[in-house]
Amino acid sequence: MHITIADRKSEIADGTTVAQLLEIEKVEMPLYVTVSVNDEFIATDARETTVLKDGDHVEFLYFMGGGCR
Amino acid sequence: MNFTNDQLARYSRHIILTEIGVKGQARINEGRVLIIGAGGLGAPVALYLAAAGVGTIGMADADEVDLSNLQRQVIHTTADLGKAKVESAAETMKAINPDVTVKTYRSFIYSGNILDIIKDYDFIIDGTDNFPAKFLINDACVIARKPFSHAGILRFNGQLMTYVPGAGPCYRCVFREPPPKDAVPTCRQAGVIGAVAGVIGSLQAMEAVKFLTGAGDLLTGSLLTYDALKNDWHKVRLPPRRADCAVCGAKPTILEPVDYEQAVCDLKH
Ligand SMILES: [Zn+2]
Repeated sequence: MHITIADRKSEIADGTTVAQLLEIEKVEMPLYVTVSVNDEFIATDARETTVLKDGDHVEFLYFMGGGCR
Repeated sequence: MNFTNDQLARYSRHIILTEIGVKGQARINEGRVLIIGAGGLGAPVALYLAAAGVGTIGMADADEVDLSNLQRQVIHTTADLGKAKVESAAETMKAINPDVTVKTYRSFIYSGNILDIIKDYDFIIDGTDNFPAKFLINDACVIARKPFSHAGILRFNGQLMTYVPGAGPCYRCVFREPPPKDAVPTCRQAGVIGAVAGVIGSLQAMEAVKFLTGAGDLLTGSLLTYDALKNDWHKVRLPPRRADCAVCGAKPTILEPVDYEQAVCDLKH
C-alpha cells in the first residue's frame, strides 16, 4: 500500500505501525519526534498500536532549537 | 496618522502595494513588536522591522557581542565586539530608521519578568536558542493571549510557525515538553549556516508585518520547514489544537509561566 510521508509517496507493507515506520524511515531519536497521521497527533505510547492504512498522510515534526547565540 | 514627505518616500515601496497601502503602512508605524534574542534570528528580524518602520521594537537579550556571533548575526559589526547585543542592535536599527523607537531589555527572560515585558507588545518574535526559553515564550504568550512567531535553525535547516490566540495549535501542542538537556543538538554543538538564520528570520519579520497589516495568511496551523542543501520547502499542516494541551487545552495545568532548569545555565553562555 501507499502512504505519503511529508510530500513524498512511499510504499509500505500492510499492517505497518507508526513505530515500525519510524524504524523503516531511520528517524533519529524518535522519542523526540512528534508524529501526525492525517492531521491527528499520535501519542508516543500509541505508536505500537497505530496501524497505517492505504492513503495515510504522515508527518514527522522535529525539535529545532537554535536562534542562535 | 499623517506621513511627512520623507516618510512617504521612505515607505513608498510598501505604500504602492495594494495589500499594504497608506493604511497598512500606518499600522506598521503604530505597531509594537518584541524580539526575544538578538542573535541569528533576531538580527534579520530587527533589521527588516526597523526598515519597515515598525513604531516600537523591543529587544531582549542579556549577552554581549562575541566574535563567533558575527558569522550570522548581521545586525552587529566587528566594532561592536564586547558591546551589549541589545545596545549594538538598537544603534543599527536607529541608524537605519530614526522613526523607530527601540526599547532594550538587557536581561534574561524568565518566568518572573516575561509577562511584564510582553504585555506592551502586539506581536512577539521568538529568536531564542534553547528549548526552555521557547516553551517559556509559548506559555507566556498563550496565557497573555499574545500572538508570536516561533522559529528554530540548525545546520542547513530551519522551521517556523505562528501562534495566534484561538487559531491553531500552540508550540506545546506540537512538542509537549522540552527535550532533556543535550538530547537534541544546539547550533553551538552542531553548527548553523549564517544565511539560514537570514532566511528564517526574514520569514519571521514577514509574519510580523502580515500580522500588523492584516495582509495575506499567517503560518497558523502550519509549520514551514526549509532544507537549504536540498532546496526543499515543506509546509506541514498541523493538527488542530490538542484538547489536552497543558497550556492552551480545555483544562490547562500551566496557569502561569514556568522555568525549566536548563534555561538559566543555557542563557548564560
Ligand atoms: Zn497548546
